[in-house]
Amino acid sequence: MNRLLSLCITLLAGLLLLYGVEEFPRWGDPQQPANVHVSPRYIEKTLPETGVPNAVTSVLADYRGYDTMFETSVIFTAGVAVMMLLRRSNGKKS
Amino acid sequence: MVRNLEDLIVRTCSRIMIPFLQIYSLYVYVHGHTSPGGGFQGGCIMAASFILLAVAYDIGEAKRRFSERLNGLFCCLGVFIYAGTGAVALIFSGNFLDYSSWQHIIPAGPVMARYYGIAMIELGVEITVMAVMVSIFLDLVTAGDHEAVLEGNHD
Repeated sequence: MNRLLSLCITLLAGLLLLYGVEEFPRWGDPQQPANVHVSPRYIEKTLPETGVPNAVTSVLADYRGYDTMFETSVIFTAGVAVMMLLRRSNGKKS
Repeated sequence: MVRNLEDLIVRTCSRIMIPFLQIYSLYVYVHGHTSPGGGFQGGCIMAASFILLAVAYDIGEAKRRFSERLNGLFCCLGVFIYAGTGAVALIFSGNFLDYSSWQHIIPAGPVMARYYGIAMIELGVEITVMAVMVSIFLDLVTAGDHEAVLEGNHD
């Protein structure tokens, strides 16, 4: 009974998601919102504004530099967390 | 865990490969401006060279070449370079992480200052990723007890 209920919920959720996908813009549609507003701005202004030919690098490191800074901080935090959880010191100075 | 394999072929091959891996890592970092690549990828390749050293030799050899103290310093130094590059812009009344303010320090126009600013923050990313990957590898492979593995009294 419980498993049947789980199956029904899964199928319903899947159908709901498929219904939502119908509303998406077509893949590669030049008129979809993401291709109309922000992409042309970066593609046109990357070279004159930053001098970097690679738009991915300029978005990653310059326009979205705040995001990348905290990605670096997340990696730093992961390293510190592994050190805190695993590393055992026997009191000796190495 | 980590056994001490005295394999001449593995050691010689890794000794030949490690310098090329490190040069290639710097190439990926520097070439990130024009092609796929950058700090994250370059840092991982640089970490792979130290991990190859630790696998082919032992943990002690890797720690002699790249000590624990230096590793901890590099973890922090990368984030510091990144945040510091952004914070310098505040001194010249720019926005945080607006690298065009570097034109007051380095002899370049505002556009090229952003170009070099990207190179500087990618250097910070590379240093942090490299140090953290090596640190996580050493901690996981020895279960956090480097000395026990080095002395060989691990179970």
